[in-house]
Amino acid sequence: MAVIPVSRKPLSFAERTYIPQILGGLKITFKRMLKPAETMEYPEQRPEIPKHYRGVPTLVKDPNGREKCVSCQLCEFVCPPKAIRITPGEIPLDAPTGHVEKAPQAFDIDMLRCIYCGLCQEVCPEEAIFLQNQYSMTGYTRAEMVNHKDRLYELGGTLPDQHHKWDKKKAAEEHGNAH
Amino acid sequence: MIAPPKPELVTVNIDGKEIAVPKGTNVIEAARLVGVDVPHYCYHPKLAIVGNCRMCLVEMGMPAVDPATKAPVIDPATGKQKINWIPRPQIGCGTNAAPGLHIRTNTPMVKDCREGVMEFLLINHPLDCPICDQAGECKLQEQATGYGRGYSRFIEQKNVKPKRTQLGPRVTLDDERCVLCSRCIRFSRDIAKDDVLGFIDRGSHSTLTCYPGKKLENNYSLNTVDICPVGALTSTDFRFKMRVWFLKQTNSIDTESSVGANTVVWSREGAIYRITPRRNDEVNDTWMADTGRVLYKQVKADNRLTSVKINGADSGLDIAVNAAAELFKAGSVAIVGSGRSSVEEQFLTRKLATTLKAPAHLVSRVGEGDRLLISADRNPNVRGALVTGLIAALPSAQLTELAAQIDAGKVKTVVSVGEDLAAAGLSAAQLAKVAIVYLGTYANETSAAARVVLPTLTVFEKGGTFVNQQFRVQKFLKAVPGAEGATDDLVVLAKLVAAAGGGSVPSEINTLWKTIAAEVPALGTMTFANLPETGLLLDATPWSALPFAEGETLHYKPTKAAQLVVGS
Ligand code: SF4
Ligand code: SF4
Ligand code: SF4
Ligand code: FES
Repeated sequence: MAVIPVSRKPLSFAERTYIPQILGGLKITFKRMLKPAETMEYPEQRPEIPKHYRGVPTLVKDPNGREKCVSCQLCEFVCPPKAIRITPGEIPLDAPTGHVEKAPQAFDIDMLRCIYCGLCQEVCPEEAIFLQNQYSMTGYTRAEMVNHKDRLYELGGTLPDQHHKWDKKKAAEEHGNAH
Repeated sequence: MIAPPKPELVTVNIDGKEIAVPKGTNVIEAARLVGVDVPHYCYHPKLAIVGNCRMCLVEMGMPAVDPATKAPVIDPATGKQKINWIPRPQIGCGTNAAPGLHIRTNTPMVKDCREGVMEFLLINHPLDCPICDQAGECKLQEQATGYGRGYSRFIEQKNVKPKRTQLGPRVTLDDERCVLCSRCIRFSRDIAKDDVLGFIDRGSHSTLTCYPGKKLENNYSLNTVDICPVGALTSTDFRFKMRVWFLKQTNSIDTESSVGANTVVWSREGAIYRITPRRNDEVNDTWMADTGRVLYKQVKADNRLTSVKINGADSGLDIAVNAAAELFKAGSVAIVGSGRSSVEEQFLTRKLATTLKAPAHLVSRVGEGDRLLISADRNPNVRGALVTGLIAALPSAQLTELAAQIDAGKVKTVVSVGEDLAAAGLSAAQLAKVAIVYLGTYANETSAAARVVLPTLTVFEKGGTFVNQQFRVQKFLKAVPGAEGATDDLVVLAKLVAAAGGGSVPSEINTLWKTIAAEVPALGTMTFANLPETGLLLDATPWSALPFAEGETLHYKPTKAAQLVVGS
């Protein structure tokens, strides 16, 4: 490796007194003093979250309270840091959503691993997982930093469904679609 | 070894590439040889051809000859023989290679055909890949991606069909996903010889179902799940357990019987999720029995031995081996090897026997063969014991000889390599009379009575080889890490050999094979690493006079000697 010697420019007299620099700093201080504050008193005050913000990934239910996730495990597959862990399960035939057949038994997202990339939301074929406004995750232990299924639904809440595909499926089944 | 007869070759031209293929090869297989994919659903290499899915349509033509003179007609534009293309597409699965046959798979007509077939298949398809177990290994997904139109023009309502039908105890049917290829029907009828499946209704109402009052419950029912190109037939055991793309595939061997069906073990992070057959045209084609697919559950069985014990108290491996060495010093040792052990383990068992000058016994397990893939001999590796010289004659089911020796006080210590001595006919009093060193995977009467218990691994947790009924050496590999507290059988056996004064023998399988090759003449030219996936056939003549228990099964005919015994 070549070594290039660089000589330092000598300081001028004014610079060596430091006075111009101090005055420059004070000027900014006095100017800001009279203007409204731009910082906020977090955590008492909280910023407004812009639209499409990618916060903590959460699971959502549809307006009828059906859990939308069918445990297809695509998010588990796509998640770059392998933060998601799913144990798939079967919905009993006689349950109200029995026609959906499949739902997660367990769904864990390790928030120490998650990099908030949003790929899980992007890949989900059921529009069941969303990165919403929640941005602050704290905990004293590693275990606390893993969001289990209950917590994920609690954080996620309900999102409007545009397709109602499973409702349509049920209607078609009841109707029989004979031609 | 007998060399197979040279097949008669015919030359065909596929997308401009000439290839010589054995006579009788169909166009799908011929194209596969030149690396051209002809998509298909109903065709299966091991089933009768029906040609009902029409996915394999290709263009075909023959070189033109003058009808009168039979002289080739030359195309003036190219200077080559003209090809008379058949104006309509033909199915590749139902056409065998003929000399000079020309195939085109890359023309607009073929593309249109495939798009058309895909479109019709998908109009009533539920598109429920997110909840479908076949996703990831589904021909419909692959073909839709590779050859489909990419969008749907169907705006009418889709058909509705039953989605959770239990066809039998192990197979679940989703009729909406069925593409009516009839592979499952042909398998049940022709291979399993249990004709229970059929279609009812017509057109898009066609539905796969069992004949009234029948169930798909034969011991080969899960093969229909394997060959179903879509997610219509799924395994009830594997249903919704894990997506296939997470699973690691490890080649293994079915230990149910001496057939040695080739299998693949599918595991994720140390847990096995399913076992499926692996194609071996000389052994099991593409099939295996249902009973062999649940054997993985043994890995996590409740009665697994997981701690080394001396006189019932937990101990360490080396202490236990020393305790065994003390027992060996007293002499009068007998060894009970196992037809379930691998060739390598049997080799080390023999080493132990010769070092201790102890007689070696084996326990046979004979049941009824099903004439397909379960043979009468339920030990996977009795022939391995013959090849390695652990035994010279065929074993019997009861250890009567050993029992008599124990009663006579001639045996003071018995080393059992995975065999339950109580089940093999030794009474509790006989077990109490001797000191038992037990190497094994499960708790049983023998392990309870044993002086020293050394937990070992199941077939899924270690590598090794078995010699099947054809004297074919086949290898199985480690699919999942060994259970906590259990040690590899080879390590335990090598330690015992050393403790018995037999010097150090390698316990790592590749190194051990060098010793085996040097000491076992029949295996002289082999190494573990180079053993082909389809196995290696040994010369069986030294043992051809033995009356083996097996009857006829797929790809196996008993030798004369055995037939005489079975017939008598
Ligand atoms: S946001 Fe990205 S890192 Fe976080 S769980 Fe989703 S896919 Fe994984
Ligand atoms: S991708 Fe969506 S439906 Fe699939 S497991 Fe993840 S959240 Fe559930
Ligand atoms: S169930 Fe599967 S194998 Fe049977 S006809 Fe339908 S698609 Fe073919
Ligand atoms: S594969 Fe040829 S018609 Fe189905």
